Amino acid sequence: MELIIYTVVTLCVLGAILAVILFLIAQKFKVFEDPRIDEVEAQLPGANCGGCGLPGCRGFAEACVKADSLGSLFCPAGGNAAMSKIAEVLGQVAVEKDPMIAVVRCAGSHEKRAKTNLYNGIASCASASMLYSGDTGCPNGCLGLGDCVSVCTFNAIYIDEKTGLPVVSDTKCTACGACVKACPKNIIELRLKGKKDRRIFVSCMNTEKGGVARKSCSVACIGCGACVKACAYEAIRLENNLAYIDFEKCKLCRKCVETCPTNAIHELNFPPRKVKSADEAPAGETVKE
Amino acid sequence: MLKTFPKGGVHPAENKLSKGKSITRLDPPKTVVIPLSQHLGAPAQAVVAKGDQILAGQLLAKAGGFVSANIHSSVSGVVAKVDKMPDSSGYRQMCVVIDVKGDDWVPQIDRSNDLKTGIPSNPDEIRAKIAEAGIVGMGGAGFPTHVKMSVPQGKTANNLIINAVECEPYLTSDHQLMMEKADEIIIGVMLMQKAIGAGKAYIGIENNKPDAIAHLSDIAKKYSSDIMVQGLKVKYPQGGEKQLIKAVLKREVPSGGLPIDVGCVVQNVGTAFAVYEAVLKNKPLFERVVSVTGKSVKNPVNLLARIGTPISELIDVAGGVPEDTAKVVNGGPMMGKAVADLSVPVTKTTSGILLITEKEALRPEMFNCIRCSRCAGVCPMSLEPYLLKNMVNVSRWEDLQPEHVLDCIECGSCSYTCPAGIPLLDYIRLGKANLNKILRSRKS
Repeated sequence: MELIIYTVVTLCVLGAILAVILFLIAQKFKVFEDPRIDEVEAQLPGANCGGCGLPGCRGFAEACVKADSLGSLFCPAGGNAAMSKIAEVLGQVAVEKDPMIAVVRCAGSHEKRAKTNLYNGIASCASASMLYSGDTGCPNGCLGLGDCVSVCTFNAIYIDEKTGLPVVSDTKCTACGACVKACPKNIIELRLKGKKDRRIFVSCMNTEKGGVARKSCSVACIGCGACVKACAYEAIRLENNLAYIDFEKCKLCRKCVETCPTNAIHELNFPPRKVKSADEAPAGETVKE
Repeated sequence: MLKTFPKGGVHPAENKLSKGKSITRLDPPKTVVIPLSQHLGAPAQAVVAKGDQILAGQLLAKAGGFVSANIHSSVSGVVAKVDKMPDSSGYRQMCVVIDVKGDDWVPQIDRSNDLKTGIPSNPDEIRAKIAEAGIVGMGGAGFPTHVKMSVPQGKTANNLIINAVECEPYLTSDHQLMMEKADEIIIGVMLMQKAIGAGKAYIGIENNKPDAIAHLSDIAKKYSSDIMVQGLKVKYPQGGEKQLIKAVLKREVPSGGLPIDVGCVVQNVGTAFAVYEAVLKNKPLFERVVSVTGKSVKNPVNLLARIGTPISELIDVAGGVPEDTAKVVNGGPMMGKAVADLSVPVTKTTSGILLITEKEALRPEMFNCIRCSRCAGVCPMSLEPYLLKNMVNVSRWEDLQPEHVLDCIECGSCSYTCPAGIPLLDYIRLGKANLNKILRSRKS
């Protein structure tokens, strides 16, 4: 009996002393953390995609609380909705940004761009592009090995087996830019999502001369410049035998799409044309879910 | 006693099918495509334009920096264009295309077969001639020779090591060159010794070429007592310069260091021959010996081909592309790269063209790592390939640095030996590239 009492008393005293020590240490080394950080973090998607350029959602929340204004901070995954909530928490004004989306600028499907050799190394675009120009004649085209797919945290991109090209989902893509960085051929670009998700872009990255480009791929941009002339808004420029449409200037008039002799300019999510049957709208480029 | 490097290495089937085939001079083709970047470092800058009349041996492009090399014409004719053309990787780079007319050489070049032995007394003169001739390391890496020959201040190069190992299976171009041009090679070695002030020169030859060991020893005795021919045990990758130094002199190049840190300069035996021709015959580097070989090739040969000749012409001489060919490799089977197109030109570093049969080219099915540690056992740089691969798989690029991934010489022994069929080198190369990217971005 005595033994039990001693034990209990000793343990209680010991516990009390340790509790006091722990309490004092906790007071001494207390780190003040702004409670707003947690509140801001609660508004973020929590995907830790790195699209904001900061280390994860927590890092972004800390930066938001620390910053004087939210002007330079934007969560692409959460978008304007998340940013306005954060602004509410912090009592600041959110800067509205037009939503962006990843766009795959290569239309060289198996059909349009014949294979010239077989690649049997590891399934990584980075590895293949380091080794050689790729399994088709086009040195700038999509390799189709899916580096963009493996980096996407939102399951917003997949390789279409029929075409061998990546397909971006309009609804899932948050424009975090992970795939843009992962693509060794710089094919993927972040562009304005556009009104009603309508977009027009040159779906080619081939910088070779027209004849050479056309030989390796039937839908290559041949740098003829017809679109540049057709554009009334000076939104198209021609560099290195390749046309590029500036999405800030583009008014989505679709004139360039009609003039392109190789159908290298793609329009997405437009209603079908009245006069001609819209056969140039590429199948499987972007899907709506 | 045969020497070798102590750690790692493999011994693939040698398959030296073109062994003993004497070097045949290939006539210039109808057109040549001469890339302006056949070496490590900056591409050369073209000094000719479309329509220019060119003689063989004439300068086409000047070195574009200190680490760069001159490019000379290999044929006489007219420049058809200076434009971007696909090289053996399929990517386009600047090339000079020449339509061949006749075969007239620059008059300064001594085209006779007479042996010249007069070694210039001034090392600077030798170096200047090497730089002028655009000589690069002919083993495959293509490092400009004159840069290697410029010993940095505060360092001394007492030992010149000549790499005549030819440890890659199939290739015989160096072997045949040694059998036919031994005098020239030894004089080339003496020239290089003079240029860097090396007291001793060692020629490392693997024991599967006993005739070359005997022949070169005899010839070397004739000229100098400071040139030693060292027989080596057959083991891949003995031709790696770090492995060769370890094998011959038992010195270890520190991690991230260069052979010069242990007082050595390593040069290929083909480079020695090119140095002889450049210094004593005024002949720039515009042709080289190429082995065209493969298991089902009708007539494996060693050809003396002009730089810029399409490899398809070389294959035609060897009897054309056999039906069961799956890959055409530029270089040897261990380190060579498959080409995407047969129109790519022979460059200064093309030591062989290997036609691999379907049976050989088949990659084994890949299984999970079984932790047998064979890859670590065969790695000549004492790395742990399985670990590096696992890190690459999860994108831990920065963690690769303390594991010395940058020491990897990309010999491919790990992939060769892996019983689970894992292409370890592919992953390691990817890791190296990503780590280098991070290190470069930190610097700037």
